[in-house]
This record gives sequence, structure tokens and C-alpha cells, in this order.
Amino acid sequence: MATNNNSANYGQSSPTRRRVMGIVFLVIAGLIYFIFSRTLDPGVQTTFKMVPGGSKQDIPDWIFNSLPLINILAGLSLLAGGYQLARGFKKRTNLVLGLVGGMFIFAFLTWATADGSLNLAGLIRSALVKAVPLTLGAMSGVLCERSGVVNIAIEGMMLTGAFVGALVGSLTNIYIGLLAAVLSGGLLAAVLAVLSIKYKTDQIISGTVINIFATGITSFLSARFLQKYQELNDPGRFPTIKVPVLSDIPFIGPIMFEHNIFVYAVFIFLIVLTIALYYTRWGLRTRSVGEHPKAADTLGINVFRTRYVSVILGGFMAGFGGAYFTLGSVGRFDELMTAGRGFIGLAAMIFGNWNPFGSFSAGMLFGFFDALASKMAILKVAIPSEIMLMFPYLATMVILAGVVGRSQMPAADGTPYEKE
Amino acid sequence: MSENEKTQDKKKKDAGKVFLEEVSKSPLTLTILAIISGLILGGLLVAVTTVEVYEAFDVSFWEGIKTGARAAWSTYEALFYGSVGNPGKIIDAIKGGDAEEIRRAVNPFFESLVVSTPYIFAGLAVALGFRVGLFNIGAEGQIYIGAAATVTAAIFLKGLPAIVHIPVSLLAGFIGGGLWGLVPGLLKATTGGHEVINTIMMNYIAFRLSEFLLRGPLKNPDGFTPVSAPIEQSARLLRLFDSPIRFHIGFFIALFVAFLVYLLLFKTTWGYTLRTVGANPRAAKYAGMNIVQTTVIAMVLSGGLAGLAGANEVLGVNHNLALAFSSGYGFDAIALALLGKSNPVGVVLSAIMFGFLRNGAIQMQLSAGIPIDIISVLQAFILAFIAAPAIIRTIYRLKEPDIDIDAVTLRGWGGN
Repeated sequence: MATNNNSANYGQSSPTRRRVMGIVFLVIAGLIYFIFSRTLDPGVQTTFKMVPGGSKQDIPDWIFNSLPLINILAGLSLLAGGYQLARGFKKRTNLVLGLVGGMFIFAFLTWATADGSLNLAGLIRSALVKAVPLTLGAMSGVLCERSGVVNIAIEGMMLTGAFVGALVGSLTNIYIGLLAAVLSGGLLAAVLAVLSIKYKTDQIISGTVINIFATGITSFLSARFLQKYQELNDPGRFPTIKVPVLSDIPFIGPIMFEHNIFVYAVFIFLIVLTIALYYTRWGLRTRSVGEHPKAADTLGINVFRTRYVSVILGGFMAGFGGAYFTLGSVGRFDELMTAGRGFIGLAAMIFGNWNPFGSFSAGMLFGFFDALASKMAILKVAIPSEIMLMFPYLATMVILAGVVGRSQMPAADGTPYEKE
Repeated sequence: MSENEKTQDKKKKDAGKVFLEEVSKSPLTLTILAIISGLILGGLLVAVTTVEVYEAFDVSFWEGIKTGARAAWSTYEALFYGSVGNPGKIIDAIKGGDAEEIRRAVNPFFESLVVSTPYIFAGLAVALGFRVGLFNIGAEGQIYIGAAATVTAAIFLKGLPAIVHIPVSLLAGFIGGGLWGLVPGLLKATTGGHEVINTIMMNYIAFRLSEFLLRGPLKNPDGFTPVSAPIEQSARLLRLFDSPIRFHIGFFIALFVAFLVYLLLFKTTWGYTLRTVGANPRAAKYAGMNIVQTTVIAMVLSGGLAGLAGANEVLGVNHNLALAFSSGYGFDAIALALLGKSNPVGVVLSAIMFGFLRNGAIQMQLSAGIPIDIISVLQAFILAFIAAPAIIRTIYRLKEPDIDIDAVTLRGWGGN
């Protein structure tokens, strides 16, 4: 629709965008210099611990003088801004933006830790863990929306998955619990699919209905049974598995390869989903149904069946993400325990431009701020954690507004298909 | 029997048939059937989650059905007593003649109206959004910001007479909520950023912000918990009866606001513009209507109405601001705006129904041990039937209506 025409002249090479980006880089350079560098005394040292708590690896702490590093980062951002204004990074602009953003965050950490120490490895590891449900939720959204069905019921599907996982897990074992959680997500997705594909209900409304239903039914059943019979809410958790060789890699090993199956599943799903969406016939068909269902139909693709399959697969993914809460993290079900993670997952999907790896990056970024917010108290920085936690939401709105670059949603996303 | 008589007879039958047909086409029938079906499913849910029912099924099939029906019945009985009051008790109290006893007996009814009041405001907010084709999921956040603004005005403005202080505090709530609606409205109108995402994000920002305010600037200096100081006496909405009845004039303010919204939507040119933009933005554009302006103003009004819901709770019920003071009014508002077909009259009626349901459910939880969350399940069932009328039509074999005038039309995900 109209959005797509706009995005054509909003593309990477437009001169306005080039200048705006250049100015953004310069502003970041200025911020790094004036806020972080000017407020520090020379000779102050920053200490980063390089091993997350609980790991047996032995890497010495990274100690360095705070001021020179911050100045170098400011200088690099300045150079990036200058080059962007003069020549432009063209296609690599977003990559450079990511780098400059990363430098800003690193400068901030250095500044905030000056004269103290911070467990850098622990922070990244905890960001990864917090990114798990967000990424799974986002990938659920990617599956649904790539086929043209808006899914704002990720939250409800995850909550149901969490509940069913805990209940069935307690009755049988965690593996069957996980399977049941996945299926329950798929079941809700099937309802979403029937409502929005067969009955052509507004997809946002049917998503809202499922969210309301999921909140109601899980809280109802939990209050009626789980609280009375505690043994129904004690599924246990998946154990941490050290990946044999990979977990011995210094620094990266303990961060990435000492987790339970949910984290590894995210890695696997990322790769599988990317390949499936972009390099298989199924993926091409799904995406074409999401972009232009009529053309797809003309070519003999069954639009309805494609959408049903994608939405239900998306439900499986959300149910799996929900199981993470009970079987992967907490080990029991609490009412409303997903606490809006499904909606942040939706945001991560938009932020990540409707593709798996983008979603994962966004999930990591959001997870990072989440992890950082809980560390703010230790760092004794004057930013309240509540303000810090607003960042993911603000960032999503900025992205959506097209300030950093127009997001490219599937063209037929949210419109029911009418066969003629 | 003459030929004449026969045709007369036939005509009579036709009249009856026509009437039935009209009834089955009427959107009201659909709504009522949706509510009834929702209640039946809710009762079924209670029955299948009652352990005694399974024990009774071991005795005999019939016994099981009876126990299940009894469980469902006692649930709805408790719901009724909790929301309207126990008729027996009311009669006894009136016979006894003790004023406090009477107040206590009729309290459930008035308490339900107290609960309905924020629903009316929030429902109008979402309905106004629907009318212009926007889905304002952000009512909950707007309620929080409205309440925060109101509480600021109601605590820190001192020495004003009530006649000034109350309107000023209400206005603060309206502006606070309106501001929270302005942002997604502007983003929608200028960049096409979808309001559903933006209002969800604004919700979370609002929660964090009010958390921050209640731990910092607004926190009661004399207390330890994140609760604001009590508001000034002069800002409190008048209560019409003595304790324990909390019924206050906010209810009438809500009705008046609903009337204003009705006038705005259906009796002014701007309201016509708004509805046209909602029903068919392309036609509105060709007719020279200013879509950007209409969208932004509608979102501000919508946010402001939700803000009033927060203001009403602060000024009329709680007299302070606490964390999580709104138990999802903004989210329930989506359901009741859909149920009320985005019509102010419908919204008021649905809001009152929701108020009675929720208040009754609190009692039901206490006396029948049914968790209050069943209300959400009921809502979801009713909503699903409202949103997909084809389901209800199939079950009850209703006729397709000629045109669905009340269908909610939302603008697409991708903007424009």
C-alpha cells in the first residue's frame, strides 16, 4: 500500500537520510565527549570482570584508564559522522549506526563503572537469557506476520504455554510438559487463525480476545487448582547443559554455551527459520502470501492453507517461549508471569524488521537494558531503573516512526484474504 | 371458509414471520445472544472445574449433570447477590428500619455503579478511537497518567474552593491522558506508525513512569510504601450517602460526558468528519477533510477520556494514587466498547453491565470461591461472539443482515 511507495524514496541512499544519520553520529560523539569524558577525572580506572558468576573459567579482570578509552570512542564516532556527511556509508549505514550505538553504550558503561568494577561477562550473559523469551515471541510474530496475519496474541499464547507447561510438566515430566506447552500455543493460534482467516474478524480484535481469554483462563485455573494443590505446580526445570568444546572458549564460552535447552533452541530456531523463510520454496510461498496474496493465489498457492500453517507454527513457537518461563526459568507458574514479554517480543519483531536475526538483535538490545536496569543500583548512577526500563519501548516507537529507517512490514499484513 | 378469510390468515402469518425475521436480523439480538452464550460457557467452565461434579458423575450421570448445574447456578447467584444485593436481606433491613443496616444491604448495588464509572469513561475513550478507525489499546496507560496528573493537582494546589479545585483536578486528568493520546495520534497521522504498537509501548512507559513518580516526587513523605499523600479535602468528589456506600457524583459526571460524546459524534459537523474518516479515510480525503487533524484530535480526546477515568478513581474512590490502582479498566474498556458497538449509549449500558459483573465477581470470589478471573473468560467468550457474528448466526440460525452498519473498521497495520 502507500507505505511501500513512501519507503522507496525513504531508501538508504536518500540525501536527507544521509545527512540526518551523519548528524545523529555527531550528536552521539558529542554526548560521549561532553557527558562522559568531561565529567571524569583523569587517571580513573575502570574494571570489567570477564567471567560470569558461577563459571569456572579463569580470565583476569580487564582494567584500564577510563578517560582515554572514552575519548577514543568519541573520536571514532566523530570520524563516522564526518565520513557519513561527506561521503556516506551507503548500504552500511545501519551497520555503522549499530556500531556507533554500541560505542555509546560501552562509553556509558566505562563511565558508570569508573572507580569501580562491573561484571561485563555476567551482564552480557544475563542479557542473552532475558532475550530468550523476547526472541521466541518475536519469531512467533515473524512466522504469523510474514504470511499476512497480525499476531498481537503472542502474550496470551506465551502465558498459556507457561501454564500448560507447568501443569502437564508436574503431572508427567518436563519433556511432555514442554510438548504440551507447544501444542497449547498452537491451539490458541488455530483459534486466531480460524477467527481471522475463516471469519475474517479484524485480526487485532481477535488477538485481543485471545489475550483476554488467556489471562482469564490461566489465572482462573491457577487460583482454582494450582494454589490449592501445590504438587500440580512443581514441574522442575530443564538442567543446564555445558556444550562440550564450545563452552571452553574464553569469554564467549560461559556466556553462550552454559545454558539450558531454551537458549540453544533459540540459536537453532534462528538458523532454521532464516533458512526456511529465505531459502526454501515454503518460505518463498509464505512471504508471497504475506506480500501479495492475490498474485500468490493466481500462481496456484493456497493462500488460506499457507496462512493456517504459518499461524499455527507461530503458535507453537510462542507456546515454546511460554514454557521457558515455567520450565526453563522459574520452575513454577505464577499468575500473569509473562508480564508483557509477549508485547516486547512484538516490539522486537518490528525493531528487527520482521526477520529472525533482526528480532534476535533487538531482543538482545532490550534484554541488555533489562539486565542493566537491575545493575543500576550497584553502579550508583543517578538514572532510576524505571527510566532505564522505558528504553525498549521508546526505542520501538522511534523505530516505528521511521526515524532510524522505515521498517518494511509485509504488505498484506493484517488484511484478510477474500477469494474471488 | 371463504377465499377472503384464507388470505387474511396468510397475511397474519406473514406479519409474524416478518417480525421474527426482523428480530433475527437486529444487531441487538446478536449482542444479547452473545452475552447469553458467554454466560452459558462460563457456567460450563465452572462446572467442569468443580471437583464435586466429577465425584457426582461417579454416582450417576444424571447426578453429575445436576451437581454441575448447581455449581454454575450458585456461582451466578453469588454474582447476583454481590452485584445487586440480596433481595431478602434488603427487605429485612427495610422492615428493621435501621438506616445503617439498609445502607449495608443496598451497598452492593451502589458499589457496582462506583465500579461502572471508570468503565464508562474508559469505554467512551476506546469507542471514540474506534469511530475514527483507531484502536486505542493505550487506555490503561492513559488512565495512569491521567491519575498521576490529577493527584498532582489535587495534592499540591491548596486553599481552593471545591467548586474550582474539582474541575481543575479533572482537567489535569484529561490533559494528562490527552497528552498520552496525542503522541500515538501524532505518530499515526504523520509517520503512519501504527497506534496499536505505539499505545502498547506508551502503556508500559506510563506504568514505569507512575512507578517512578510514586517512588520519587509523588510519594507520601510520611509513608514507606509507594503511595501518594491523600488528596486535599476540597478536591474530593461528593459522596451522596454515608458509609459504607461509596457512591459519588462521578457517576453522573460520566453520564454527562457520555451525553457530550454522543452530541459530538452525531450532532456536529466535526463528529461527522470523524466518523467519515473512520469509515472510509479515502472518501474523507477526497471530500477535502483534514485526516491528520481529525486523527490527532480524536486521539487526544480519546486519551483525555481515559485520563478522566483515572481522575475519577483518584478524586472519587481512592483519594490517593497507588501502584496498580487500576485493575485493567483500560483493557476491559476494549471489550465493552466493542460490545457497545462504539455507541455512547451502548458503551454506558455495557459499562454498567461490566461494573455489575466485576463487583459481583469480588463477592462471588469470597462466598462461592470462584476466582474473579472468570470475568475475563466471560468477556473473551462474549467478545469472540461479537467480533465473529457468523458464529452466533450459525449456532442460532439467524439471518444475515443486509448490511453490517456497526462493523468496526480499523485502518490497516501498515498505516494510511
